[in-house]
Amino acid sequence: MESPGPATPRNESRGIDASALLAFAIRFIGVAAATYLGLLAVTFFIGRVIPIDPVLAVLGDRAPASVVERTRREMGLDLPLVQQFYLYLKSVLAGDFGRSVLTTNPVMDDIRRVFPATIELATLGTLIGSVLGIPLGVLAAVKRNSIADQIVRVVGLIGYSVPIFWLGLLSLLLFYAKLQWVGFPGRIDVAYEYSFVPLTGFYLVDAAAQRQWEVFYDVLRHILLPASLLGYVSLAYVSRMTRSFVLNELTQEYIVAARAKGLSEARIIWRHALRNAAVPLVTVVALSYAGLLEGSVLTETVFSWPGIGLYITNSLQNADMNAVLGGTVVIGSVFIAINLISDLLYRLLDPRTNAQ
Amino acid sequence: MMMGQAVYQPRRWLVGITFLVLLMLPAITFAGTPIGTLVEAFALDEMITMDPGEAFELSAAEVNANVYDLLVRFDLTDTTKVKPDLAESWTVSANGLTYTFKLRSGLKFASGNPITAEDVAWSFERVVRLDKTPAFIIEQLGLTGDNVTERAKAMGPDVFALTVDEPYSPTFVLNCLASTVASVVDKKLVLDHLKAVAPNDDYRYDNDFGNDWLKTHTAGSGPFKLREWRANEALVLDRNDQFWGEKAKLSRVIYRHMKESSTQRLALEAGDIDVARNLDPNDLDAVAKNDEISLSSAPKGTIYYLSLNQRNEKLARPEVRQAFKYLVDYDAIGTTLIRGIGEIHQTFLPKGVLGELEENPFKLDVAKAKELLDRAGLKDGLSVTMDVRSGQPVTGIAESIQQTAGEAGVKIEIIPGDDKQTLTKYRARNHDIYIGQWGQDYFDPHSNAQTFASNTDNSDDSKNQTLAWRNAWNVPELSKQTEAALLEKDTGKRAEMYRHLQKEVLDTSPFVIIFQQIEVAAVRSNVKGFELGPSFDTNYLGNVAKE
Repeated sequence: MESPGPATPRNESRGIDASALLAFAIRFIGVAAATYLGLLAVTFFIGRVIPIDPVLAVLGDRAPASVVERTRREMGLDLPLVQQFYLYLKSVLAGDFGRSVLTTNPVMDDIRRVFPATIELATLGTLIGSVLGIPLGVLAAVKRNSIADQIVRVVGLIGYSVPIFWLGLLSLLLFYAKLQWVGFPGRIDVAYEYSFVPLTGFYLVDAAAQRQWEVFYDVLRHILLPASLLGYVSLAYVSRMTRSFVLNELTQEYIVAARAKGLSEARIIWRHALRNAAVPLVTVVALSYAGLLEGSVLTETVFSWPGIGLYITNSLQNADMNAVLGGTVVIGSVFIAINLISDLLYRLLDPRTNAQ
Repeated sequence: MMMGQAVYQPRRWLVGITFLVLLMLPAITFAGTPIGTLVEAFALDEMITMDPGEAFELSAAEVNANVYDLLVRFDLTDTTKVKPDLAESWTVSANGLTYTFKLRSGLKFASGNPITAEDVAWSFERVVRLDKTPAFIIEQLGLTGDNVTERAKAMGPDVFALTVDEPYSPTFVLNCLASTVASVVDKKLVLDHLKAVAPNDDYRYDNDFGNDWLKTHTAGSGPFKLREWRANEALVLDRNDQFWGEKAKLSRVIYRHMKESSTQRLALEAGDIDVARNLDPNDLDAVAKNDEISLSSAPKGTIYYLSLNQRNEKLARPEVRQAFKYLVDYDAIGTTLIRGIGEIHQTFLPKGVLGELEENPFKLDVAKAKELLDRAGLKDGLSVTMDVRSGQPVTGIAESIQQTAGEAGVKIEIIPGDDKQTLTKYRARNHDIYIGQWGQDYFDPHSNAQTFASNTDNSDDSKNQTLAWRNAWNVPELSKQTEAALLEKDTGKRAEMYRHLQKEVLDTSPFVIIFQQIEVAAVRSNVKGFELGPSFDTNYLGNVAKE
């Protein structure tokens, strides 16, 4: 028998009616379009007002004045700012994000190459963070103020407050330099670099699909340390949030009722309390995932991980604005998508949102 | 209420943790890098193109020096001279205007195409007509888009003639031809990869001379050929088995982009890379103690200096210019901040260049500086700003100068900035004091003489924006002397003229030249024959071997 709590995970009203869905879709598209336009405009104008001459980024410091002037004209930088933005928008709408100055490739080609590296890392990091963080959070909540709770709190606080590049360097020193447990910075060992042809850009998936288990193991050895590090940071956040959500649930009346009925403590915590806590927890995990997808610049730098964070930072420092704008649009899309997904998940997990 | 231990089902997540720990256990460890492959860790983020007609970055120059051949190359036993490369001999006409090169016969590019005088002529044509950043090095010999096909011409299958516009010193002409921009490109191969462009007022040709393709491909005849370059990740060279000289000992060289000194050090110590190229002084000290690692170093053509903008009325006073030269603690900087990566050097020609002058007369002397400031009417000192390119060792040096100058009553406010941001301000002449580095454009004294001692037009829209111009240092007399040295045929006399120019600049200029860069590489001991040259385009890989 189910407990009669106000937010039981039973879903009786699965049917979402069509007009509501349409309204939702229209509103979503409107918001997304406005967000994109704003995103592009802000990034574009910031790119033009930073005190770096974009021609310098293309040519370096030693170009003669005549070449500088000609390049300025070629790049359209002599046109009025508004006209430059209009031309840029026009080419973006035609699907052309321009070329990166630094890599000479079309920006979208670059992003297709660097983004999978970040997604792979962030996904594994979030998995590690949630798989460990949620049970730890539950443990801390149930055994509130016990030694276990204190340990979880301290571990979480360290993960939250210690600079990640420092942790990264220390862990490299220990696990790579001293113990030789994990691979050298980068995604894959030099020995495989030219025998292994990645198809999707997700090396773990590619290696597994091609049944190259030796490569798979090597990739794992490379990704494990940076992913664990990101996982640790995500764990710190997820466990703290889980603890407070579960604590909140445990004080609810339906828990008392469940206990009164004589349900086992395990059932009460895992089936009732956690399931209700899961609703806000989805948002927490999704936000943490989105944060990692944005690219953790410091982790990517320390581990020579060719991901999107490093790509955008490098581009920004070199005033390579096409790359920065392209990257911003992609990350903006990821944020919008993840918000949408967590919104949908929220609806699925919490039947009350359907009833409206 | 029951609160039994079984409640938290610890076994389930224990299994999870155990599984993760198991994954982390070591198994097969791959000791070292593959045989026959050299792996270098190198900060490659500045690399934006591989086209020798366009690239002007030091890392690209190094790669291209191993991929392309030139007509003549620097003689590493005496870098004031050049030696034959693709040209086996050359003559200069009596009027000093025409240089005729006889090419070695029967040579092939990496593609298998024969190397002919036609390829040489076309290489000059594409550089001049593309007119990218480094093109001025050969354009300054009088070549323009209109005359290049006449003045740089194949006179036969293996005879190439270059006609210059003034009777320049032959050392100057040959030194220009020994720089990367004059690399000989495989015409037949590149013609297959032309991209059509619409001509306009700025660019009057209907194709890109293969520029787009050559950004990421190579078409050379050197000991290596480019296999792949992934920006900010890696660059891979394979041996060119068609190479006409002694074949490279390595079959592959991989440059891996790694920016962090500490990461490079860890990878080097673990044997996952063979060479670390960007270690900072602390990491260099640490690896020097390792028996399996040795250091290789060479002075490079980059000098670090600070300069005073002469548009600031106070900094323009001659005594103030002098005073600043006494306000730098050269000894302290040399023994701490640049230990191992630079040596104190106060003249504008780097060591190894024709006409170098080994004179470092200035020492920290606060009393003397105070006296000079006093004479300049600045008894109470002055306040100025200093734009500093972020990163070491420049930041440390700026702080050291801030402190020593403070002792003489000169208050310096440091404005730290990203490289390109600081440069943008410097190039617009909006600074008070700038501190940073300057790498010579090509290996001839004229390169640095022109930038430090010549300013032919001090107006804001000058076509000739040298460093002297950037600091608004108006020196018509020195500019004339710089031009004169260019036409001096006698090498000994030419060198003497540059020594004179350096003394003038040392004494009176708004430049306080502090040190010359030394490049240091940390190399694992199973790598043999790794030697750095006096410039990045002489860091050759052909003789490097691995045991």
